[in-house]
Amino acid sequence: MGNTMTEQTQAPESLNSVPSQKDESSAIIRVEGMNKWYGDFHVLKDLNLDVRHGERIVICGPSGSGKSTFIRCINRLEEHQKGKIIVDNIELTDDIRHIDTVRREVGMVFQHFNLFPHLTVLENCCLSPIWVRKTPRKEAEEAAMEYLTRVKIPDQANKFPGQLSGGQQQRVAIARALCMKPKIMLFDEPTSALDPEMIKEVLDVMIELAGSGMTMICVTHEMGFAKTVADRVIFMDGGEIVEQAPPQEFFSNPREPRTQKFLEQILQH
Amino acid sequence: MTKQTVDSRPAGPKPWYDPRIRSIFFQFIAIALVFWGGWTLIDNTLSNMESRGISTGFGFLKETAGFGIIMSLVPYDSTMTYGRTFVVGLMNTLLVSAMGIVTATIIGFIVGVARLSSNWLVAKLALVYIEVIRNIPLLLQIFFWYFAVLGSLPSPRQSVEVGGSFFLNNRGLYLPEPITQEGFGLVWGAVLAAIVAVLGLRAWAKKRQLATGRIFPTFKVGVAILVIVPAVAYLAAGAPLEWDLPALKGFNFGGGITIIPELAALWIALSLYTASFIAEIVRSGILSVSKGQTEAAKALGIPNSLTLRLVVIPQAMRVIIPPLTSQYLNLAKNSSLATAIGYPDLVAVFMGTTLNQTGQAVEVVAITMAVYLTISLSISLFMNIYNRAAAIKER
Repeated sequence: MGNTMTEQTQAPESLNSVPSQKDESSAIIRVEGMNKWYGDFHVLKDLNLDVRHGERIVICGPSGSGKSTFIRCINRLEEHQKGKIIVDNIELTDDIRHIDTVRREVGMVFQHFNLFPHLTVLENCCLSPIWVRKTPRKEAEEAAMEYLTRVKIPDQANKFPGQLSGGQQQRVAIARALCMKPKIMLFDEPTSALDPEMIKEVLDVMIELAGSGMTMICVTHEMGFAKTVADRVIFMDGGEIVEQAPPQEFFSNPREPRTQKFLEQILQH
Repeated sequence: MTKQTVDSRPAGPKPWYDPRIRSIFFQFIAIALVFWGGWTLIDNTLSNMESRGISTGFGFLKETAGFGIIMSLVPYDSTMTYGRTFVVGLMNTLLVSAMGIVTATIIGFIVGVARLSSNWLVAKLALVYIEVIRNIPLLLQIFFWYFAVLGSLPSPRQSVEVGGSFFLNNRGLYLPEPITQEGFGLVWGAVLAAIVAVLGLRAWAKKRQLATGRIFPTFKVGVAILVIVPAVAYLAAGAPLEWDLPALKGFNFGGGITIIPELAALWIALSLYTASFIAEIVRSGILSVSKGQTEAAKALGIPNSLTLRLVVIPQAMRVIIPPLTSQYLNLAKNSSLATAIGYPDLVAVFMGTTLNQTGQAVEVVAITMAVYLTISLSISLFMNIYNRAAAIKER
């Protein structure tokens, strides 16, 4: 499970020789030799990654390792300068139409929720379905209520984001992303800005979502979540993918010294 | 708090140590001083005027003015009263203020957004515009437009001419004046009907979008209706419109509509000057919306133009409106600089000529100040209502 790729530190041609890899079209996200610089600073170094339909990936690593930047490249909130990113058979280039098409299929949940404060919870959820997908309002609202029920806050639909707790806001953000019926969900440290007692309510929603077969890439420090849900855990450091493995293997038997050191630090307590 | 302290003790503090009594005492003194000052001022003025034989009261408004005004929106000639000069001046002030507010807002929003453009040239041009215009005194800019730009236009005999009906020279811009003939009422009716039709269309289109999600090109169709329906009515009524063309008579033009250079210079200067401030206000408003908001909209696949309209502007408006109101007030008050180039606004006509001729300083100044106060308060009131509508959505 999840062994579609070898370590990226090896030469790219070894990719094709991995026996467990099926035909290439089964990968919904394909990243090949991707590099990114901020000015002179090399943030992402030669990343390779294939994500299968329905696969659940957790990315972890010390702060500044480039994990957020990496997933923000997947829906082009950040531009990469070298290499290829292909999402759902569309390559991300400068073409605005391609970018917008990809973004419609990729939902994203942010660390700081980023709900629209001037719109109610329901309007937040319906905005994009109505204006981008051209869904009739009634239909969009019905769908939104369904997702709000799924994240267990249908009763807050007519409140403004400022009236909700952090955990509730993050669940609204998840519902808002789901309203676009995306094929892929990206989570950028979704629980890092939350009080401890609210983390669980968000993780519960994410676990439920994982159970429904959604393709998920999740940057998080919640190792418990990684153990229960992930098909594959990726460890990044210094802009590189250092190690990736199924969670049992990753946590019990990390191969790279950098991974071992990181795990020691976060699992001490 | 004070009350508790008082109650808890058998005998209260000495009255001059009691904060409540102190505050009442000082407020009483303050009010007394204000009234005394005001009364002294009025009494002094009245007795001075009496000793110099100046009559008081507003009777002068009914006297004949006896001077001409170069531009008036209402019929005026020198046989009319001082009261009429007040109306003429007021209308001219309102005209240039309203024109200035509209153009300053449009230019300001465009420049403000351009300042944030990712296009280097556009952003720098906007920056240069703002920094140059807002750092030069307004009066200087009015002089620049009046003397340097408009003053260097050719004389009436060498006018720039377009099709024998538009003329531009140093006396102003001359346009043909439409004169309605019998049967033009039909065209007005058609305009009214077209407006009603477009409003109906908008309501229908919105309803349809909510019901089916399809977006109707309301703007294009609306413009088409507004143009075509009156045009058809105009032709059906037998083209009941004649044009009064401006023509050179002696040294100057007669007939048609004239936009005098004083109005043009003041209008341009006020618009450009105020727009540079509005641009900075718009920029700060847009920047006040956090980057996370645009990112969230992008992540939902919302295109940039819609993001600006649905997410950024509604949030920016709350920051923009209060300082924007101040700029509108400034523009209305700055229009009194008209005096410097002889545009016949309220200050030039009423506080200038009328005051000089009648000598009724107190009355004229009081009326003029009251007018500016009323204009400013009206703008404030209107903008506050708008602000409340924009701000209430927070929670």
